Amino acid sequence: MAEELMRETYEIHGRDFDKAGETATGIKQVLKGIGVDSGVIHRTVVIAFEAEMNVVMYADEGTITFVMTDEDIRLEIADKGPGIEDVEMALTEGFSTATDKMREMGFGFGMGLPNIRKNADEFNLVSEVGVGTTVSAAVRLDPDG
Amino acid sequence: MTLAEIKDLLQCEVLVGENDWSSVEIETVVASDGMSEILAFAHPGALMITGLTNVQSVRTADIANVRAIIYIRGKRPAKAAIDVATKTGIPVLATGMGMFDVCGTLRDAGLKGGM
Repeated sequence: MAEELMRETYEIHGRDFDKAGETATGIKQVLKGIGVDSGVIHRTVVIAFEAEMNVVMYADEGTITFVMTDEDIRLEIADKGPGIEDVEMALTEGFSTATDKMREMGFGFGMGLPNIRKNADEFNLVSEVGVGTTVSAAVRLDPDG
Repeated sequence: MTLAEIKDLLQCEVLVGENDWSSVEIETVVASDGMSEILAFAHPGALMITGLTNVQSVRTADIANVRAIIYIRGKRPAKAAIDVATKTGIPVLATGMGMFDVCGTLRDAGLKGGM
């Protein structure tokens, strides 16, 4: 059983574009500060950033829970929002339900969830239409482990 | 080529950072207005070219570990973007050239795509 070393939960507010991304960059600073491998940091913060942007763009509110164990970094992003009707389509590169306003922000080109899945060693997505979405992802600390 | 040479080549204005970049070597470039495109691959040390001027452009640059940002078409980043770039130490430049000409010029000069 992996030993839990650190746990933080951050709140994310829907439509707060000015602060969107602050949580991911904060996690990056924490991981750099404790000397985590740069590749692991990159994969973790891309997951956190894309997930954070998804919450800001689509949901009313959400949380990112960051857990570091002696084996991996686990992120759980849970939101209250519209949910995803077709999860398989949402995981397809290029598929998007984004509005023009979201695209003007530089996001919503159908790459977010695929980027999250690509960077995760473990990935899970549970969504209920009209309720919300929870994305869980894990990145192993030892890339060869 | 160095960031100083790129600055001269693209006739850039410096918005954030010190002016002496003669020792900052750039080998690869990533160019997009879509931030997830830039995040799709690791670009440590790359130069980022974009027309997106909001604060997320700088946060994306930080997450992607790019070495510097050049905004195109004479666009000016938002104040929040400048503030974050200053805080994180990412050099920010601006050129009046468009995306196609910037990319073509840098490719002709020997730089490679970062994805």
